[in-house]
Amino acid sequence: MIAIIDYGAGNLRSVKKAFNHLKQDTIIAGKPEDLDKADKVVLPGVGAFGSAIEKLRETGFYEATYDWLYENKPFLGICLGMQMLFEESLESEDTRGLGIFKGKCPRFKEGKVPQMGWNQINITRESPLLEGIKDKSFFYFLHGYYVEATDTGTVIATTDYFINYTSMIQKENIFGVQFHPEKSGETGLKMLSNWLEIC
Amino acid sequence: MLATRIIPCLDVDLGRVVKGIKFKDLDNVGDPVEMAKSYNEQGADELTFLDIGASYKSREILIEVLEKVSEQVFIPLTVGGGLRSTEDMRKALNSGADKVAICTSAIENPSLITEGAKIFGSQCIVLSIDAKRQGNSWYAYTHGGRNNSGIDAIKWAKKGENLGAGEILLNSIDKDGTKEGYDIELTAKISESVSIPVIASGGAGNPDQLVDAVKEGKADAVLLASLLHYGEYTIKDIKEHLEKKEICVRW
Repeated sequence: MIAIIDYGAGNLRSVKKAFNHLKQDTIIAGKPEDLDKADKVVLPGVGAFGSAIEKLRETGFYEATYDWLYENKPFLGICLGMQMLFEESLESEDTRGLGIFKGKCPRFKEGKVPQMGWNQINITRESPLLEGIKDKSFFYFLHGYYVEATDTGTVIATTDYFINYTSMIQKENIFGVQFHPEKSGETGLKMLSNWLEIC
Repeated sequence: MLATRIIPCLDVDLGRVVKGIKFKDLDNVGDPVEMAKSYNEQGADELTFLDIGASYKSREILIEVLEKVSEQVFIPLTVGGGLRSTEDMRKALNSGADKVAICTSAIENPSLITEGAKIFGSQCIVLSIDAKRQGNSWYAYTHGGRNNSGIDAIKWAKKGENLGAGEILLNSIDKDGTKEGYDIELTAKISESVSIPVIASGGAGNPDQLVDAVKEGKADAVLLASLLHYGEYTIKDIKEHLEKKEICVRW
C-alpha cells in the first residue's frame, strides 16, 4: 500500500491516478496514523515551503514523516516534497525543513519564474530509479525554487535552467525528484514503476 | 534545456470537439477522450480543453471528460470556459485538471485570480486574454471575443501576474482562424512585460509561424487547434521543424 500524504495543500489526485494506473493500491493519508497501513510513502507538494512545513506540523505529519525517514523506509518526495527533505528554503528562512538532506533551496534568478515545462535530466550517478531511463530524458517541471545540495554524493541527476541544479536525489531508500513524474508521460510512469520495484 | 511546449487545444461543446473534426485515424471522430489520447501518443506536451458550450450541462460533461482523460493521459491538463468561482475551479481540478484558465470572469472579478492562487497555487491559474488590436493598442475582450472590456491587454497581463496568475494564454482575436500566423508583436510585448510563461494562440497556419512566435514573439509555448485537427501536420512534423530551427523540443 502506498500512502500519499495529504497535508491540505496541492493536488494529490494526479499522483494517485498515476499509481492506480500502475495497478497499485493507494491511500490518501489524511492523518499520521494512516501511514501505519503503508509500506511506501509519497510526499507530493505544490505551493510555498513555509506554509507546507507549517501544515505538516499542524497535521502531525512532520514527526510521522521524520520517523519514517529516520527508519529509512521507502519514500518519494515530489517537487516541494523533495525540497522539504532539505534543511531550509530561502522562500521562508525561518522555517526548518525535514533536514534529511543537507542544503537549502534558493529561488531562480534568471528566466521565467516559475520554470514551467519539460526539461531534461543529466544523470550524474547510477541509480535503480533511473533503470531504463536515458540520460537527457525530459520530465515536466514546475517550480520557482530549486535545491542546492551540499552533499553532492546524494545527487543522482541535475537539470539546466540558466544554472545547473539538482533535480534528483537519493539516500538509500529515500528518493526526491524536483519534476512531476505523474505528469511526465511514459518516462514519468517508468520512473514511478522503477521506484515501486526498488522498494 | 527547457523545451518549447506544443499544446493542442480542444474546443468542447456538450462532450464533442467542435473545431476541426477531420481526424482520419480515429474511429470515434471528434471524441475528446480519443483525441486527447491520440495527441498524447503523438507527443503533445500538454493539453487544453475549452468548454465553449458555456451551459451548465456542457461544463458537467467536460468534467466527466477530464475524469476519463486524466486516468489515461499523464501530461498536464488545462481546462477553461465558464469557470466563475473558486468552487468551479475546485471541481475542475478535482476532476483531474492541473490548471484552470479564466478569461471573462477574471476581468469581471479580478480578485478571482488572487483567491484561486491562494487556494490552489499560482501554478494552477492561467489568465486567458482574448486581445484585439485598435490602432497601436490591444484591448482585452470578454464573452468569447464579443465585448471590449476597454482594458489594455498588456496592462491586464501585468496586473494578472501581480494578482497571482501563473501563466498567460494569449489569444489574438484578429488572427484567430486566419492561418496568417500569430500576432507576433502582441506576443512579444506581453512576454517581455511579464515574468510568467506566455502561451501564444490564434492564427497558426504552418510550422514556420510557430518558429516566429517563439523566436520573435518570445512565446514559451504555442497553442494549436485546426493545424492539428485537420491532420495537416502531426505534432512530430511540427517538432521536427522547430528542432531544425534550433528550438528545443521534447521527444
